[in-house]
Amino acid sequence: MSRADVCVVACAEAFRGDGEILAAGIGGAITVLAARLARLTFEPELLTHDGTCLLTGDVPALGQAPEVVEGWLPFREHLWLVLNGRRHVMLGASQIDRYGNTNISCIGDWTRPKAQLLGVRGAPGNTRCDPTSYWIPRHSKRVFVPEVDLVSGIGTDRGAFELRRVVTDLAVLDFATADGSMRLVSVHPGVSVADVVAATGFELHDICGNVAQTREPTDEELRVLDRLDPGRLRDREVAA
Amino acid sequence: MTKVMTAAQVAATVRSGMTVGIGGWGSRRKPMALVQALAEAPADDLTIVSYGGPDVGVLCAAGKVRRVVAPFVTLDSIPLEPHFRRARQAGEIEFTEYDEGMFMFGLLAAAHRLPFLPTRAGLGSDVLRVNPELRTVRSPYGDGEELVAVPALTMDVALVHLNRADARGNAQYLGPDPYFDDLYARAAGRCYVSCERLVDPAELLKEGPVQSLLISRSMVAGVVEAPGGAGFTSCEPDYGRDEAAQREYVEDAREQG
Repeated sequence: MSRADVCVVACAEAFRGDGEILAAGIGGAITVLAARLARLTFEPELLTHDGTCLLTGDVPALGQAPEVVEGWLPFREHLWLVLNGRRHVMLGASQIDRYGNTNISCIGDWTRPKAQLLGVRGAPGNTRCDPTSYWIPRHSKRVFVPEVDLVSGIGTDRGAFELRRVVTDLAVLDFATADGSMRLVSVHPGVSVADVVAATGFELHDICGNVAQTREPTDEELRVLDRLDPGRLRDREVAA
Repeated sequence: MTKVMTAAQVAATVRSGMTVGIGGWGSRRKPMALVQALAEAPADDLTIVSYGGPDVGVLCAAGKVRRVVAPFVTLDSIPLEPHFRRARQAGEIEFTEYDEGMFMFGLLAAAHRLPFLPTRAGLGSDVLRVNPELRTVRSPYGDGEELVAVPALTMDVALVHLNRADARGNAQYLGPDPYFDDLYARAAGRCYVSCERLVDPAELLKEGPVQSLLISRSMVAGVVEAPGGAGFTSCEPDYGRDEAAQREYVEDAREQG
């Protein structure tokens, strides 16, 4: 079992209870594996896609084409799903603050950025209309900032529909606090609360010494992951 | 009647200060032959409306762009577009930054000749802060909900690339995703289509079903036969993205600094 295995399972747990909606991982092995793992284990009704425009009837390994296609999902259907609320996406973020406001647009002043990034993409609509979770492969003060430079995805203080959880290479966090600010839920095996606090650029809500440990993958989950990702691409995303 | 033109002839119809919509998505089915011709033509001071990829980058690098209207500019397998980044960081271009769904509603509004369409996408985000001209509307019904009024993304010219077309401008996509090319065609005063292969109208249904006829000749001002005309972006099923050529594009951009 690697740290990446723990992270995939923690991301998959974000989709628990979602039922017959699209579980969408954005970019990279971990979030895509998370959606597929959830579907193959505890959340069988989920819809998953191939990364382009097919809803897959079976659940192929990373990089493999599906043998069964159960639907067509061109980009305009993605945008419809977002507005219709039938999608739970696991997004990335270059910056995130204590209320889960995120930035993928630019670093510095928007009028003349120090670093132009992607642009807001679909983050404003995703966070306003659908459950959203985040996967952040490097938990650091560069990412966990007191204030983001441009709000792309909206936080709990700006009318987010539902921010489910934030999974990082160190921990699982959520927003289930009275004021909707970020809370440390669990630390991954081998990580201490102090490690997380030191890597976070704002005060985490309500850490009172009883933070759990993120659950380890079951033997079945590890078998499924090995089938979905025999080349262990997931280990390249997370430092062991 | 034929509408067949060359890419240079299409580019020559574009005047300085015009708004040009460009179809495709990211680094997928971009009309790069038409974009390259536009980069070499005299018109500048352009507003580019695009789910942006190297089309935006090439035109920024050529000094043609006053404003970009986009939710992102990306090369997909390489996340960040180097020429767009440089132009933004140098303060050379203006930017109207929309959410992806907002952007689609702007296309839909223009295609239907509506002044705006309402959406929830964008509410609460800094999209409204960096676009202070955006307005909201209140639902006139019992819910009274406040929504973003996305203004129509009306264009002077749209450029799109499809797999097949006939000489009058009926155009067909054979890949899995139409992107929003039909909306660009409908949102523009004039739409120009480049295609991998010009075919006789009787040939159009030999490779794809009737649903693959995405754009009608009634919306098309000119057709250009441009085999490989989306390169290095993808044009499924004729070809995928040329990843080596895309990497080279990024390396060249880095050398130009």
